[in-house]
Amino acid sequence: MSEEPQKSVFLVMSGDFDHAFAAFTMASTAAAMGAEVTMFFTFWGLKAIQKGNLTGKRFFGRMVGVMNRGGIDRIGPSKFNFGGIGRWMFKKMMKDEGVVSLPELRQTCIDLGVKFLACNTSMDVMQITLDDLIPGVEAAGAATVMAEAQQAQSQWFI
Amino acid sequence: MSENVTPALVLDLKGLLCPMPVVKIAGAIKKVDVGAVIEATATDPGVMADIPAWAKSTGHELVKMEREGKVITFWVKRLK
Repeated sequence: MSEEPQKSVFLVMSGDFDHAFAAFTMASTAAAMGAEVTMFFTFWGLKAIQKGNLTGKRFFGRMVGVMNRGGIDRIGPSKFNFGGIGRWMFKKMMKDEGVVSLPELRQTCIDLGVKFLACNTSMDVMQITLDDLIPGVEAAGAATVMAEAQQAQSQWFI
Repeated sequence: MSENVTPALVLDLKGLLCPMPVVKIAGAIKKVDVGAVIEATATDPGVMADIPAWAKSTGHELVKMEREGKVITFWVKRLK
């Protein structure tokens, strides 16, 4: 309709399953509707784009890595996780209903050309490197995201 | 109209839930020529609202949408 493509920017702060699901659902939909989409993952949100290997160089970083290991497949829901049982239960319920899985939804975003950015300060603090993240992710900072958000018609904080 | 038009592509989206029907339509529309029509069947009732919204945003035409029981059939035309 409009000549210039719409732009949407997502700031993904949460590392919870339900939040990541909403973020990837809206991002893939925005891209399917013709928008240029950027997702910026910060703090716990980085988990949604980690490969799942153990991270961290020094003691505290390794502690974070152990607590946070497993990548997107180990993300639990924000409520009713019950030490992982809730994660299993929600995955099963969604599979039974034919809902696409979280890794598939993330891949859909990649296939549709959604740009993934990782917060470099969060990466430094948590001792996560670009090698710990899925291929294609670039590191960026707040100014990059702000510049993109100022050009975007919709901005999402999840 | 749909009865007179031979679809360039027929898509089976039955069983898929949001956001996949819209994602699949968006991918399929790029594969047909401008002016061509895609016929799709779906079972997610969400498509009743979502496909018109997608068409409005992308500038393609939702030619027709009909529902028989649980199965929704719609035709979209690539306009650009």
